[in-house]
Amino acid sequence: MRWLIGLIVVLAAAGLAFGASDYRLFQLTTVIVYAIAILGLALVTGFTGQISLGHGAFYALGAYVTAVMMSLWDLPYWSTLPVSALLCAALGFLVGLPALRLGGLYLALTTFGLAVAVPQLLKHKLLEPWTGGVQGLVVMKPDPPEGIPLSADQWLYLFTLVVGAVMFALADNLVHGRIGRAMRAVRDHSLAAEATGIDVALFKTRSFAVSAMFTGVAGSLGAIAVGFVGPDSFTVLLSITLFVGLVVGGLTSVPGALVGAAFITFLPNAAEQVSKAAPGAIYGAILIAVLFLLPSGVAGGVTSLWRRLQPQRGRT
Amino acid sequence: MPELLHQLLSGVASGGIYASVALALVMIYQATHVVNFAQGEMAMFSTYIALTLIQAGLPYWAAFALTVLVSFVIGSVIQRLLLKPMAEAPVLASVGVFIGLLLVFNSLAGWFWTYTLKPFPSPFDGPPLLGGFVTRHDLGSTVVTLVVLLLIWAFFRFTKLGLGMRAAAYNPVSSRLMGIRVDAMLALGWGLAAAIGAVAGMMVAPVVFLDPNMMASVLLYAFAGALLGGIDNPAGAVIGGFAIGVIENLGGAYLVGNELKLTLALVIIVLVLTVRPSGLFGRTVVSRV
Repeated sequence: MRWLIGLIVVLAAAGLAFGASDYRLFQLTTVIVYAIAILGLALVTGFTGQISLGHGAFYALGAYVTAVMMSLWDLPYWSTLPVSALLCAALGFLVGLPALRLGGLYLALTTFGLAVAVPQLLKHKLLEPWTGGVQGLVVMKPDPPEGIPLSADQWLYLFTLVVGAVMFALADNLVHGRIGRAMRAVRDHSLAAEATGIDVALFKTRSFAVSAMFTGVAGSLGAIAVGFVGPDSFTVLLSITLFVGLVVGGLTSVPGALVGAAFITFLPNAAEQVSKAAPGAIYGAILIAVLFLLPSGVAGGVTSLWRRLQPQRGRT
Repeated sequence: MPELLHQLLSGVASGGIYASVALALVMIYQATHVVNFAQGEMAMFSTYIALTLIQAGLPYWAAFALTVLVSFVIGSVIQRLLLKPMAEAPVLASVGVFIGLLLVFNSLAGWFWTYTLKPFPSPFDGPPLLGGFVTRHDLGSTVVTLVVLLLIWAFFRFTKLGLGMRAAAYNPVSSRLMGIRVDAMLALGWGLAAAIGAVAGMMVAPVVFLDPNMMASVLLYAFAGALLGGIDNPAGAVIGGFAIGVIENLGGAYLVGNELKLTLALVIIVLVLTVRPSGLFGRTVVSRV
């Protein structure tokens, strides 16, 4: 059933490639990119219960890996994804190591510090030969393969969609299986989880690695879509935006990541017509409102509404 | 050598700012066991209020006093409206509320006062002192922060209200049974923290200029200071804040360069948390499982 719905959504989304304008396609590509990033955050924060306010750092690493490989070394865009996935997983594992010793709040604090420090690190002169310093790097938009009659925007959208579908399938599989149950056990009661034979340390660091891998791949796709990376695109606000998307969409919902991504993509467009500062204020207000009124996010709210509307079948 | 002395003194001056914000963080942490990620943005917002008052023609110290008062009210109102209902919520929810507050204050400041850098007046103008070693503002702001810290210490140490607040933070249930209004104490604590933050904001603004993102790095240093000193020890947090100021300035000048100062704070945070999570002066937390 889940797979069927997923397939229908992907096919419908693929159909959009042939109807929407280039600008709409760019927005939809951004939605998928953010959805993958939020999905990564959901794995570690929602399912495993390790609060991260610094996932923008992994997003930035993914974006820079792709930008460096494409614009400095002239490698094809698709070859950058596995590299950035691997590097981000490694960084995620390293960040996960102190997380082992730090309870919820301290981890939030450390990752917040990481997010604040990222732009400074990217601007540093030792890295400048690769990162281009303050100027950043320009990434050429890839052309569709020979013989395929699609525009570059259509091709990029479909490519992102396919990668996104694979990532969603992976995450869905992960959280619905044995590993997903273990992750939730670590979150809900790590001591009991330990007692039932779950290696808590291993699960915490590994879920950090997997989560960072997802967000890093999203960063790579984002760099290709935007065509530019620069230190000031990866401020602490990016990490916070991903966190907002996660909470609004639903902390422990795979489809919720898509809802959250749509929210953080389309809301700024609508709100910026009021004021440059409006998106932040609305993000903040909605974040607080969701935490008060819909603690399980939009996805959770829809699910419980759906259950309430279903006729009772002899069980509560 | 004179250069070193200069860096040291200016480190102490910025350390005073970090110590104040660290103290504000620790006060809220002690009472509710959450860290207020919006503390810096609240201070920044207060500083804008001060600037508006000064531009409206108020003398500096009148604007200063009024800002502290207004910040106190904002802090307690926030506690009443947003944090009180969240008292029993999981950590993630309260972190979320703080992040929401951070976004709201940051954007409102940008909305009302735009994102351009604004100069902020210092009450301590004039030529540098001690043969050019220390600016009047550095000296003045260090004195102001020391006075604030002393007042806060005296308040908690010698007044009945301060004792009540300490009791409410230490053991809410028993305090309530003893007739202490715990909710009022929490609101008071939030108000005080916001007021201390406002002073820190007004003291740092003449140095770094005022803009909505002014406090992001200050908050990070304050985190580092609070953790270094021990997040459950107010005196430790103050010492930690001063230490971070000095480390930041010396490190920036001699060790890593100005571009990596924030990373230095991050490294200190990670080091403290992995090597000695309770900080230099904190209690080691033992929890029963």
